[in-house]
Amino acid sequence: MTTRGIAELLGSQGQRPRRRRRARPREVLARALAYVALCAIGFAMAVPLAWMLATSLKDPTQVLVSHDKWLPMRQVMGKYGPMDGARIEYGPVYEARLDGVEIRGLEIGRAPGARRLRVLDPTDMRGRIVTVPADATRPVERLHLEWQNYARAWQAIKVEFAFGGLLRDADAFLVFYINSIIVAVAVTLGQVATSSLAAYAFARLRFPGRDGLFLGYLATLMVPAVITMIPVYILLSRLRLTDTYWALILPAMFSAYGTFMLRQFFLTVPRDLEDAARIDGASLFGIYWNIILPLSKPALATLTIFVFLHTWNDFMWPLIVIDSLNLKTLPIGLAHFQGPYLTEWHLLMAASVIVMVPVLIVFVAGQRYFVRGIILSGMKA
Amino acid sequence: MATATDTTGSRRRWRRYVGSYVFLLPNFLGFLAFTLMPVAAAFALSFTEWGVLDQPRFVGLRNFDKLVWFHREGAGVVANDPYFWKYLWNTVFLMFGIPLSVVGSLFCALLLNQRLRGVVFFRTLLFLPAICSAVAVTLLWKWIFQEDYGLLNAWLRAVGFTDPPGWLVSTTWAKPAFIIMGLWMTVGGYNCVLYLAGLQNIPTELYEAAEVDGANSWHKLRYVTWPMLAPTTFFIVTMAIIAGFQGGFIAAYMMTGGGPAGATTTIMLYLYQNAFQWFQMGYAAAIACVLFGLIFGFTLLNWRLSQRAGHYQ
Repeated sequence: MTTRGIAELLGSQGQRPRRRRRARPREVLARALAYVALCAIGFAMAVPLAWMLATSLKDPTQVLVSHDKWLPMRQVMGKYGPMDGARIEYGPVYEARLDGVEIRGLEIGRAPGARRLRVLDPTDMRGRIVTVPADATRPVERLHLEWQNYARAWQAIKVEFAFGGLLRDADAFLVFYINSIIVAVAVTLGQVATSSLAAYAFARLRFPGRDGLFLGYLATLMVPAVITMIPVYILLSRLRLTDTYWALILPAMFSAYGTFMLRQFFLTVPRDLEDAARIDGASLFGIYWNIILPLSKPALATLTIFVFLHTWNDFMWPLIVIDSLNLKTLPIGLAHFQGPYLTEWHLLMAASVIVMVPVLIVFVAGQRYFVRGIILSGMKA
Repeated sequence: MATATDTTGSRRRWRRYVGSYVFLLPNFLGFLAFTLMPVAAAFALSFTEWGVLDQPRFVGLRNFDKLVWFHREGAGVVANDPYFWKYLWNTVFLMFGIPLSVVGSLFCALLLNQRLRGVVFFRTLLFLPAICSAVAVTLLWKWIFQEDYGLLNAWLRAVGFTDPPGWLVSTTWAKPAFIIMGLWMTVGGYNCVLYLAGLQNIPTELYEAAEVDGANSWHKLRYVTWPMLAPTTFFIVTMAIIAGFQGGFIAAYMMTGGGPAGATTTIMLYLYQNAFQWFQMGYAAAIACVLFGLIFGFTLLNWRLSQRAGHYQ
């Protein structure tokens, strides 16, 4: 991958230099077609996400009833009165057509197959009670965003935070969030630290067995994760570390992939600075800390983002090693949430949005490094 | 005099070696404990029968015999573990989505490579599904595929299908549903960015030369773009196969539980069930080894095929 390619890819336009000439009609047509295709694909990508957002904001009573409607609507509630000394009447508002006149009224009672409405509109009929066949009435609806769904999903389960006494009776999603942050930060720090140290040794130091060892690292890159899963689980359970943070952090802290990627980058750092520092009497660690790391910020940023996102979204490993509810990370917390709330789609969608938001923020903030990382290493989070 | 310099020289070298090993040590210990030894242990485990609570018992090749071999039953030949073959077929079925996904990614990359206004917006939009938490995304699609209230069936009914499929509860349509969701997640994602990078590295001169020779757009795509992207395609397909054999776990776990009637249970879910629900560690390790063999074999095959087709870079 040349730097030119990357620079162009990252540039706002990211395209080949413009040639100034009048576009031919065929080119205009081609471009229009490309736009249409792009919009169609973009639409297909956006629809499910928009649907998730729409469902998460619907009134609980409306989720199934108006399952084919996009906008979160809710029937307007009205009131009438007070009439001389009588109490105020509350009720859902309906529209109906009565003897050629459009009326609006509160439902104050039901008759078989009909609704009894207290007329609000038009004014000359205000206060009268009419009986209208139910199928001639239409509910009056208004856009209503049910933000409460988010609060309800957030507070649906109560757990006690693992560090006893610190957060008793806490909202489960808060605890899931804290767990996810603890694990993701620890894994990211650990992996960047151990990988960069080893990568420096592989890239710049000479010692017996270096190349053989590096080959061993490379070979394990080809071994799928599924192979190591069972033995690592057994090892951790023998150490009595399953169902602790350590089970999530420890095995993920060391990666051949990170070491490989950083080594490739360190090889491109010019040697001159390092030699100069050595002549000035800098120690190995001093060179690593003061020269190599600062010059490798882009690679470190890329690794950081990928490791963080991968850890944040990881599902299978936490599912295997974590049992306690108060140790669950967000993805397996969400899976647990699915159980008792299977049909409450508005809550499930709200919870899904809650889980997704931080990832989207990290993505938007680090998009530059992200794109570069994919190109440099073909890594997947 | 000469010997003195030698000793200080070798001592200095020795100190450098020690320094190097100190740098390597943390990573190496982790590598040893969580990668190297587990790989060896997995192979060893696959020759044992082990229910976690008791001691592992060496059983030779019996796990593999039970897993992939056949026995005579009456006139016919029957698989010792018919589930394995069924689930392997499910896994392979889901991988039929790979060619669609690869072509789709190339198509998206070709579009995003045009000089169009707002292309950055579209690139971000197309990439979004790849970055979202897979658990949240599968939940979302479970809702979309829902038989009575799902968005997909609402649309299908709106355009005239009075009896749309039950998707996740139908043995016929559950796997296609998985593929549809997989396409949504992968088409605009990592592979598209890789193709985009590949496209931007093709020298413009090649297209100009092709134009001089009278090539039209299709010719340019077929004889310049596609061959120049061969290394990218090879990488993408290889990674997709590796992921495909290990795939389907989150979707099956979250959306169907492997059902209906095992129609969406993949090898990965079967392995998980064996290891962590039925605690047959030896058998599960054997499944992992077979999976590794399959992945290795298909990667090799893909490599051979692409070698024969010839790389242009």
